Amino acid sequence: MTAADIQTTPQRWWHSRGFRRFAQHRLAMVGMAMLFLLTLACIVGPYLLPYDELYIDLRARFSPPMTDDHYLGTDPLGRDIAARLLMAGRISLLVGFFAMVLSTAIGTVIGVVAGYYGGKVNSVLMRFVDAFLAFPSIFLLLALAAFINPSPVMITIIIAVTGWMEVARIVEAEVKSLRERDFVLAGRMLGLRNTHIMFRELLPNMVGPIIVAATLTVARAILLEAYISFLGYGIQPPLPSWGNMLNGAQQYLATAPWLAIIPGITITIAVTSFNFIGDGLRDALDVRTDPA
Amino acid sequence: MAGYLIRRLWQSIVLLIIVSMIGFGVLHLTPGGPLSQYALTPGMTQDAMDRISEQMGLNRPLPIQYLDWAWRMLQGDWGTSYRDQQPVLTVIGRHLFATMLLMVSSTVISIALGTWIGIRGATHRYSTFDYAATVGAMIALSIPTFWFGLVGIYIFSLELGWLPAGNMYTIGDGSVLDYLHHLILPSIVLALVNIAIWSRYMRTATLDVINQDFVKTARAKGVSERRVLMKHVVGNALLPMITLAGMQLPNLLSGALVTETVFTWPGMGRLFLDSLGYNDYPVVMGLLMFSAVLVILGNLIADIVAASIDPRIRLA
Repeated sequence: MTAADIQTTPQRWWHSRGFRRFAQHRLAMVGMAMLFLLTLACIVGPYLLPYDELYIDLRARFSPPMTDDHYLGTDPLGRDIAARLLMAGRISLLVGFFAMVLSTAIGTVIGVVAGYYGGKVNSVLMRFVDAFLAFPSIFLLLALAAFINPSPVMITIIIAVTGWMEVARIVEAEVKSLRERDFVLAGRMLGLRNTHIMFRELLPNMVGPIIVAATLTVARAILLEAYISFLGYGIQPPLPSWGNMLNGAQQYLATAPWLAIIPGITITIAVTSFNFIGDGLRDALDVRTDPA
Repeated sequence: MAGYLIRRLWQSIVLLIIVSMIGFGVLHLTPGGPLSQYALTPGMTQDAMDRISEQMGLNRPLPIQYLDWAWRMLQGDWGTSYRDQQPVLTVIGRHLFATMLLMVSSTVISIALGTWIGIRGATHRYSTFDYAATVGAMIALSIPTFWFGLVGIYIFSLELGWLPAGNMYTIGDGSVLDYLHHLILPSIVLALVNIAIWSRYMRTATLDVINQDFVKTARAKGVSERRVLMKHVVGNALLPMITLAGMQLPNLLSGALVTETVFTWPGMGRLFLDSLGYNDYPVVMGLLMFSAVLVILGNLIADIVAASIDPRIRLA
């Protein structure tokens, strides 16, 4: 018998206090709406636009927004910015999402193991967390990105590898506070394996904090991808990403400012959405946070 | 205090060891590993590569190589820059001042503004100002630093022409005023994220203190509201900020790298990117390690300062 069997009939999730509080959180709802629209545009948009994101039209170089069918203008090669922006959105959002999944997985496993076993295991693992935190993330990311083949998958992996520490810390603290509870003791006396206690009994109790941290991790991952792609070591052209669309925009700042302004606003909207949603989830799920 | 000092020092040394192991791991990821700088030399043969590998002791077991590498690092031998044939530490040292200047001025700005916004938000809780500051902070945390820099250059350099678009000084000028003029825009750009963080922190901290007994006592004694705020509330809220400033150091360095790139600021971040472009791996690795050491030292100093002010920390 597991703890799940003793539970009373579950409430419908949309009746739960947490969901109601989330739905009443104004900023979170704004974030959800923005994210929904942005995602929808990235999925459907490219089919509706008259231009392909790779179509080069040198006669139409540097068209400002709203010239002909180029609603957001064109870039130095005459490619349609609207088409590139939405295709880039697919890549940037996917990189952000999967980097979050991977780093949350790594962070959760390390956090649970460190918190559950305590002692030497804990101090070794947590010192590794501290050591990874000592590296400024962009330095580490760039150093790694320069040595690997910068495909979207590899970029996702290195963002995850440099971004799991926050989740690990949160999970470790939670596990530590739950480790001595009776249900864990009961599990041990029943002879459950450690892995079962860790991942089936303990883990479900910290879904809230993990979800909040994961949401904020997406925001972070999207930003990091933008940073390294902007610096030229992330997603490589011709594949568009929000970051690499800004790469090179600086030299045309005086003549074609839209090249810089449009992708930047889009990144800000995407990241703000995730930060708003994370804030709402934190309030709704009653996750206490550090004062920072 | 001595006990706390020793404990904290020991922790930092352990951390340095692990950091150096991670750095060593990254070094071996470079194409050709530590040999990468020779692999690009024209006319290099496999025979010659093997010979250098033998000379550098790269056929020894990894743990021995690590110890050897770490020992040389400790002695200050961080390798030689592939680009200009100078010791890595000398190259880094030349760029240290610019980065420090940028980081210090941006920290001054962010603490001053962040503290003010945070305290005002707490004393005028749920006001329009408070709400705008909350939402504003979240948006500020979402804006890519480099993009904020580009917008700043567009508005203040290209459109208004008030501030220079890059570099640390005008060639041929270089007076203090000239430096300050160049410093304004990059400092503000780098400060944005930290203004948001400090203001959030300061708001929470002020709210925590504002209702405590000693504040009520001060008010009951008839101390003016302003004095209560400045002396009792802010004084108590500022202390943990020292520790927090240490914790923000890695983010500040990351931000500095991006800001320096946008503003062609001749600091460590700019050096890092240039070295990446030239495949100058010794400098890249050196900067990676140097920044981590800087972070560990910064945290150590912040904790020691905090502990020397607040006995509660060192007794915990």
